[in-house]
Amino acid sequence: MSTRLATGGRLVDRGAQIEFSFNGKRLQGFLGDTLASALLANGQMLVGRSFKYHRPRGIVASGPEEPNALVNLGEAGRFEPNQRATTTELFAGLSARSQNHWPSLEFDIGALNSYAARVLPAGFYYKTFIHPRPFWKHVFEPIIRHSAGLGAAPKDRDADRYEHFYVHVDVLIVGGGVAGLQAALKAGAEGKRVLLVEQTSAWGGRAPVDGGDIDGTTAKEWINTALQALGNMPNVALRTRCMGAGVYDHGYVLAYEHVADHTPQTDAPRHRLWRIRAGHVVTATGAIERPLSFAGNDVPGVMLAAAMRDYVVNFGVSPGDRTVVVTNNDDAYRTAIILHQAGLSVPCIVDARPQADGELAMQAKALGIRVATGAGIATVRGGKRVTGVALCRQAGEGATTEEIACDAVAMSGGWSPVVHLWSHCGGKLVWDDARACFRPDPDRPPRGADGEAFVSVTGAANGDFALAEILPDARVEEPSEAPLLPVWMMPQGAGVAKRAKMWLDFQNDVKVSDVQLAAREGYESVEHTKRYTTLGMATDQGKLSNINGLAVLSHALNAPIPQVGTTTFRPPYTPISMGAIAGEARGDIFQPIRRTPIHDWHEENGAAFEPVGQWRRPYCFPRGQESHAEAVAREITATRTSLGLLDASTLGKILVRGPDAGRFMDMLYTNMMSSLKPGRCRYGLMCNENGFLMDDGVVARLDEDTFLVHTTTGGADHIHAHMEDWLQCEWWDWQVFTANVTEQWAQVAVVGPNARKVLEKLGGDLDLSAAALPFMGWAEGRIGDFRARVFRISFSGELSFEVAVPASRGRAFWKALHEAGAEFGATAYGTEALHVMRAEKGFIMIGDETDGTVIPQDLGLDWAISGKKEDYLGKRAHARAHMTDPARWKLVGLQTLDGSVLPDGSYALAQGRNANGQRNTQGRVTSTYLSPTLGRGIAMGLVLNGPERMGEVLSFNTVGEATVEARIVSPVFYDPEGEKQNV
Amino acid sequence: MRRYSAFAIVREAARHHLGWERAWASPSPKARYDAVIVGAGGHGLATAYYLGKNHGITNVAVIEKGWLGGGNTGRNTTIIRSNYLQDPSAAIYEKSRSLYETMSQDLNYNVMFSPRGVMMLAQTEHELRGYRRTTHANALQGVATEFIAPERVRELCPIINIDGPRYPVLGALWQPRGGTARHDAVAWGYARACSAMGMDIIQQCEVTGVQSANGKVTGVRTTKGDIATPKLGIVVAGHSGVLAEMAGFRLPVESVALQALVSEPIKPCMDVVVMANTVHGYMSQSDKGEMVIGGGADGYNNYTQRGSFHHIEETVRALIETFPMISRLKMLRQWGGIVDMTGDRSPILSKTPLEGCFINCGWGTGGFKAIPGSGWGFAELMAKGHSPLTAAFGLERFREGRFVDESVAAGVAH
Ligand SMILES: Cc1cc2nc3c(=O)[nH]c(=O)nc-3n(C[C@H](O)[C@H](O)[C@H](O)COP(=O)(O)OP(=O)(O)OC[C@H]3O[C@@H](n4cnc5c(N)ncnc54)[C@H](O)[C@@H]3O)c2cc1C
Repeated sequence: MSTRLATGGRLVDRGAQIEFSFNGKRLQGFLGDTLASALLANGQMLVGRSFKYHRPRGIVASGPEEPNALVNLGEAGRFEPNQRATTTELFAGLSARSQNHWPSLEFDIGALNSYAARVLPAGFYYKTFIHPRPFWKHVFEPIIRHSAGLGAAPKDRDADRYEHFYVHVDVLIVGGGVAGLQAALKAGAEGKRVLLVEQTSAWGGRAPVDGGDIDGTTAKEWINTALQALGNMPNVALRTRCMGAGVYDHGYVLAYEHVADHTPQTDAPRHRLWRIRAGHVVTATGAIERPLSFAGNDVPGVMLAAAMRDYVVNFGVSPGDRTVVVTNNDDAYRTAIILHQAGLSVPCIVDARPQADGELAMQAKALGIRVATGAGIATVRGGKRVTGVALCRQAGEGATTEEIACDAVAMSGGWSPVVHLWSHCGGKLVWDDARACFRPDPDRPPRGADGEAFVSVTGAANGDFALAEILPDARVEEPSEAPLLPVWMMPQGAGVAKRAKMWLDFQNDVKVSDVQLAAREGYESVEHTKRYTTLGMATDQGKLSNINGLAVLSHALNAPIPQVGTTTFRPPYTPISMGAIAGEARGDIFQPIRRTPIHDWHEENGAAFEPVGQWRRPYCFPRGQESHAEAVAREITATRTSLGLLDASTLGKILVRGPDAGRFMDMLYTNMMSSLKPGRCRYGLMCNENGFLMDDGVVARLDEDTFLVHTTTGGADHIHAHMEDWLQCEWWDWQVFTANVTEQWAQVAVVGPNARKVLEKLGGDLDLSAAALPFMGWAEGRIGDFRARVFRISFSGELSFEVAVPASRGRAFWKALHEAGAEFGATAYGTEALHVMRAEKGFIMIGDETDGTVIPQDLGLDWAISGKKEDYLGKRAHARAHMTDPARWKLVGLQTLDGSVLPDGSYALAQGRNANGQRNTQGRVTSTYLSPTLGRGIAMGLVLNGPERMGEVLSFNTVGEATVEARIVSPVFYDPEGEKQNV
Repeated sequence: MRRYSAFAIVREAARHHLGWERAWASPSPKARYDAVIVGAGGHGLATAYYLGKNHGITNVAVIEKGWLGGGNTGRNTTIIRSNYLQDPSAAIYEKSRSLYETMSQDLNYNVMFSPRGVMMLAQTEHELRGYRRTTHANALQGVATEFIAPERVRELCPIINIDGPRYPVLGALWQPRGGTARHDAVAWGYARACSAMGMDIIQQCEVTGVQSANGKVTGVRTTKGDIATPKLGIVVAGHSGVLAEMAGFRLPVESVALQALVSEPIKPCMDVVVMANTVHGYMSQSDKGEMVIGGGADGYNNYTQRGSFHHIEETVRALIETFPMISRLKMLRQWGGIVDMTGDRSPILSKTPLEGCFINCGWGTGGFKAIPGSGWGFAELMAKGHSPLTAAFGLERFREGRFVDESVAAGVAH
């Protein structure tokens, strides 16, 4: 049984009892406990089920390397699956449930898999479930999916919030053990800006448990003194519960802070993602103990030796009453000694080495603990809990020499430095034979742009496991340790049946036999083995299993370990919450909505909105019970017969200014722009280098040096970026500046036969008569009280003035227009009416008639391409063979024979099929609407040689079998002579 | 090749699985082959497979500088769909998708093709219209897709938040027979089948030069010696520019890193693949239970196969808006792969200025789905000099302006 000891526990506050629940059972723990220590204190060693065989799983570790103790934590909006019990701090009311079993943790039907383990070796699923074909999708896969997975899926919206921190430091130190503290003291004393982060809630790492005296005081004292010194340095910042998650290029580091996981009642953000730019990164991330591979090493009650002493010393918890220690090194003797000192029984230390005569071994023997050398564990007895072990000779095949009853096993296979952060950004490793581990290669560090190393490593993370190595300048007293003996399998000559019971990856159920199978079948690269067996792919990312698996593989391949190499270490070091990655930008501020100055009016007047880029534009303004289609029809009729008002503020407005502005505009547009006179407007086309039409709009020349470019709403930002791209990268010596002034102006299209009247009614100092302000002219002055620019341009075919007023005056101007326009039935219209009216006039719309494959020539816009200019963007492309091919799809109008509306995006059928068996086509619909003006469907489309085929009838496909017949007509359906707009 | 089956597993179980033979041989290179493929990714291996199976050319070597399947084939998010817009794309991707349907049986290797359905969300009017157009095009191309309403989206994928807040779901383009497959198994299955036909897959062998005489290819120089061949297929994805340079020509290809990530595994909660192009993210749940997530490519060219963080942040943010429940999952792992992007976002399957040398590249962010179809067409091109599947994807299209532009249809193309 595991229980709480009567005394001890340096991290728990025995005065502060806390209630929590596990699988609905109410249990007690102390403040300072982790969920794992509290569960152990309550005798709960069995905490979960493994992934594949659903084997019973107990706690094996005491930190982030824990593969087994994963729970469903919390409820509703605070529910979270796969929470690691060993790193979850206990709080009052915590509720946890074990996962991956049915119906219960103790009796799991899925454990039947375990009996079938023999026929479910690594990669079995690649070799079967092949026939009959539909069975994979419908039978096998659903079964696999349901037995896989671990925790439950969250259902509710996250109730917590998250934030990001941005910091710049000279030195970032990851890991608050003795090595990290020492590094911080040094960098701090040099006056550097230092940030020291530690993933747990306590400073000092392993030293307070593993002991040793420094400069005449205990490790604990030394740590306190160091913390005090660091606290006095204003240039040093310290953070606990903050894990270094990933190291990226250019000294960019992510750290992940658990701000309120242990105090969920507060309204602090739950996690904080630190985004750090560090001049230099020191990883002082320590080392992780390796399990030993012996049969039954996965039975609950088998634990890492160091974890076991952590539970005793840090939490005052004993994982078992009778513990057999099994090891290949001296360090594990510490566990035996600590257990013994805590009054627990250690019937035997099983040491694989032929001799055990190091200082720690002598101490243990002196305490009367039996040591069996040259020995190993033949097998562990027990199912849901260890009941004993069978010993054998390490050198043999595993014949049992003796049985020992016990309820726990402490194992140690040596230590592996935590090299993850060193490796994330390209740091390389070397194999250290003496310590049997990979450690950072000082000659191949991650390097910055200047070629200098930007990560260095200290302490156990560097393979320096002794205090004396970490603190070379201090006087250290600690027992010296005899060398370890690499033991990758116990016993050395274990037969195949035993090897199938030696777990490497506890969570994913990968055994020694699986890795050997992978090697046998030719999955020889370590990446192949990993993927074939799933070794190291569980939520602990192989922290316990990788090196052991590698050693087994190298043995199977008869190649040295360093030649086999490691798999890639990928961020994050331990999993981080998606919530923290997203940070504050969620819900309303995920992508904040851009609002025009008139937006509120639209909302108040029942606009139906559509997203256009970051904007929301009114699609239409339905009144009462009106459908959208009815509203659109009403808006169009009102506009065409009297007066319509459109909020056109979203239209892109970019100022282009400078002595070379004209030259620049000539390159940007296919038209000649430099010849435009101040006071005049011109419609222009912009192509990309491949000649495809990318944007269109009206350009106004403000003065000799200044152009105002109007772009489409969606185009404003990328056209501005496009301009800057050319100016900064290609024409950097041209004297031109650009500014995106889209949001500085509110713009209203005043449209319809009464447009001039309403503006004149508002008064001001502008002469808006046709003579003074002709079509495609613009003027600046006052309309009523409003300073305004008035552009006489039309996208509807009606008499139309686009009036721009300063953004701050937009709402007032809009209101004034409505008041003055009341007598004309002034009607606000939305984007759909805009679209229909432009289609009635045969005006193209970027994104409808164009899709990135259409050139101006396809749209009958040859007139807008200047023949006189030497060059413009896209000119060379327009000369390519395919572009000048006469057989291109070109713009036409389309009218269904029955007056119906052509389906959007449908294709015109041609005879036969192509070489790939696809139906041949000869055109497609690009825009299609019901025209309230004409009372029938109208459409525009691109048709092979279309303009030469007026009057021909084509068949268009529908989603079903039927086709729709439509005649090729002129794309201008309304007022072809332009009489209405030119008045 | 010994056949895989449930029976074989039971038989081997009786002898503790000691009797399994190698899935593929590990030979040393011969001096000469009838054809040499550079790159043992999915596309290279599939090409070799169909050279043997469809054209009887089996004296073939596939040369790989690392381990087979270790490039993008082993790093991608495995979405398989063929709902492309342009005819040539739809043809090759649909051929490919249909080959995936029977791949496990063809290769006698379970590649776990799971036609669970792929939906592409329409979250703006513009997207909605684009997908309507695609359904019309697909109907004529023989690709089964339909446009579905928001209610159906919710039925098929209950964890989607269809009401916004920023981008409400207006509908989706739904391809019921799209899905996912196990990426490693695709490479391994082909490798095993190629090896069984007597082809040599040579791993840990880098091609360092291309040899030619009189404008014709004669062989390759490798880290394991020179190998002569009259037919060379370059199928090296992100490293295409490097190989093309060795062969003496240039490619209109840029290499950028594309990021992906997975969450910790959870019990099944999502049966379909969802792509949300407006917000640049997509997600599916693997058979292991991990949520597999991807987004856009880095904005600068490079060759480091490392994940950078900034795109991950954007992607996760967007997906939390679309799938609010993932906020409480944890990111387990992130990584990047170097993808080879062409200007029109379509691949290059082409003859080259060097006679006898062919190139297959430019699959960019979306070539996993194309592996069998590309192998089929490219093998035909190499064997016969022409294939209807690859005809539109020649290098000359960049000179003529005859692009096959798929960026039209989708912002994210996987
Ligand atoms: C993150 C990410 C997500 C993706 N998601 C999807 C998706 O969901 N759906 C989809 O369809 N596609 C997706 N893709 C794209 C897809 O992965 C690739 O298009 C496809 O795998 C390319 O296959 P390949 O065989 O051409 O290249 P690779 O698999 O990269 O193979 C090329 C091989 O060539 C070898 N090589 C290179 N140089 C040499 C040399 N000199 N000598 C010898 N060998 C050499 C390399 O080592 C490599 O093994 C994604 C890609 C990435 C990176």
